[in-house]
Amino acid sequence: MFRNQYDTDVTTWSPQGRIFQIEYAMEAVKQGSAAVGLKSKEYAVLATLKRAPSELSSYQRKVFKIDDHMGIAISGLTADGRILCRYMRNECLNHRYVYDSAMPLGRMVRQVADKAQVADKAQVGTQRSWKRPYGVGLIVAGYDEAGPHVFYNCPSGNYYDYKAFAMGARSQAAKTYLERQFESFGGASLDELVKHALHALQASLQDGELTDKNCSVAVVGKDTTFTLLEDEALAPYITGALASACYCFCRLFAGALLEDEALAPYITAVKEEEPEAAGMEAEQPAAEAEGGAAAAAGGEGEQQGGGGGGGDEGGAAPMQE
Amino acid sequence: MLHRPPSHSAAIGPGAVPCLALPTPAALEQRQQLGAAQAPSCGAEAFTVDPAALAGGQPRKHTQYPYVTGTSVLGITYKDGVLLASDTLGAYGSTKRYKSFERLRKVNDVCAVGASGELSDFQYIMRLLEELSDDDFCMDDGHHLKPHEVHSYLCRVLYNRRNKFDPLWNSIVVGGFYGGKPFLGTVGMIGTNYTDEHVATGFGNHLARPLMREKHRPDMSEEEATALMHECLKVCYYRDKNSINKFQLAKVTAEGVTISEPFALETDWNYKLFANPAANAPGTW
Repeated sequence: MFRNQYDTDVTTWSPQGRIFQIEYAMEAVKQGSAAVGLKSKEYAVLATLKRAPSELSSYQRKVFKIDDHMGIAISGLTADGRILCRYMRNECLNHRYVYDSAMPLGRMVRQVADKAQVADKAQVGTQRSWKRPYGVGLIVAGYDEAGPHVFYNCPSGNYYDYKAFAMGARSQAAKTYLERQFESFGGASLDELVKHALHALQASLQDGELTDKNCSVAVVGKDTTFTLLEDEALAPYITGALASACYCFCRLFAGALLEDEALAPYITAVKEEEPEAAGMEAEQPAAEAEGGAAAAAGGEGEQQGGGGGGGDEGGAAPMQE
Repeated sequence: MLHRPPSHSAAIGPGAVPCLALPTPAALEQRQQLGAAQAPSCGAEAFTVDPAALAGGQPRKHTQYPYVTGTSVLGITYKDGVLLASDTLGAYGSTKRYKSFERLRKVNDVCAVGASGELSDFQYIMRLLEELSDDDFCMDDGHHLKPHEVHSYLCRVLYNRRNKFDPLWNSIVVGGFYGGKPFLGTVGMIGTNYTDEHVATGFGNHLARPLMREKHRPDMSEEEATALMHECLKVCYYRDKNSINKFQLAKVTAEGVTISEPFALETDWNYKLFANPAANAPGTW
């Protein structure tokens, strides 16, 4: 195998002006299962696909509540995600203790002087030879004074403010869906937003369907504290994945229970659009190759293979979810 | 976990190694705190005691008495915002030492504070608040401290310092206007705090607040509120020997913070009871 001369630590540049360790860390994000975040004018929604390392195990959590107004979805190394999650929870608690108010989202993800926020934490990892970048991508969704936010926090230490975003394995299909639909998100109701999130997620699902076990959804927004729905919380309502999510949200947030006939339009709508979603899948390898072009050097082909076959990765990258 | 070397070799006993050659436990503690995930990334300074004060082997000494002090600060809400008022005296004991000390300060566009008590401590507190507003400015993201956040922050700072038996010797009034609502709160030197529609510190609690209770309404116009404030200031000035007839009025409204130039109030000392104040109080001088 070609051995890259310039990728042994984060302080060594390649002559092309790249730092491979950072790019490898960004690859780790692509190998985690997909996560989607999107927002309307009033709400932000996170949706993730969960993986189980084995038939006998439970599914790995991917969405974490940070505070009443904020939560994250992670993709990549779960352990790194947990560390950042703990850090963010701490910051929010401290902020609440000192200022008696919720921490503004932008502040949390912003890299600023003495305030070692998430971006800063990630960035420090890219400038110390004995450290490594975090191998996890975060979608930070929340609601503050300025309205709902969806931020993407990259292992490189960059952060971006998004209207809608998807990361993780085969997320290109989800991105394509979001790119086609995002103009309608602004005025969308919470129900619609969740539906869009699940559509996007469905698009990135290679085979099989969304179920209550393999996906989790979280919403946060105006007058709505961060609410995570997975496993037990979802289970009582569930018959099929998309139906259940709609059911559950209608019940929780619209104050009205939608079942059977009332729910049917949602489900048929979702079912009808599935072929289209499958069609998008076809575009995906090309798009992903394009996206991964930056990391074309050593070991790239192998990484890509791992990303593509993420559904059955088994021993390949057991820590990545 | 940082490796913590013993301050001396167990074999040769204390004093065998120059103590400066080794990091002191306090210095290590400090370093560890800064790096720990649990350490707050901002605002920790206000809660820490100067390590220099802990070094040197001498018993720790704290402020045991205030030296240069300011007297009451008053605050009332009205229809369009809040008014704060105080005189401009910095008294050295009972000497009227500094007559133009501005005890009402702007924190940002939505908030002002006023302080009575030790004025050097107030200057320190203002430095903390200025650092916070500077940070807000540098972040350049449109966020700034809301009045209730400033109040909460000061509560924490004062209570923490009290817990270190090193209190900041102040009573502070926080006034602000945000989201269409006036905010008025106060914090004492040991962290006691509350919010109300009218507040006062020190002597003002006894002299001005009865008047406010009687006459204050939340829907007062600015003129009415100013008139009430003048009356309260005058009453405080008549009866508080540590005050002077040079006042400032701070106004916080939707338009922002304005702090008036110092002004004097017309007083009349010819009241009969002033001529012989002890007449109705047998047993006093």
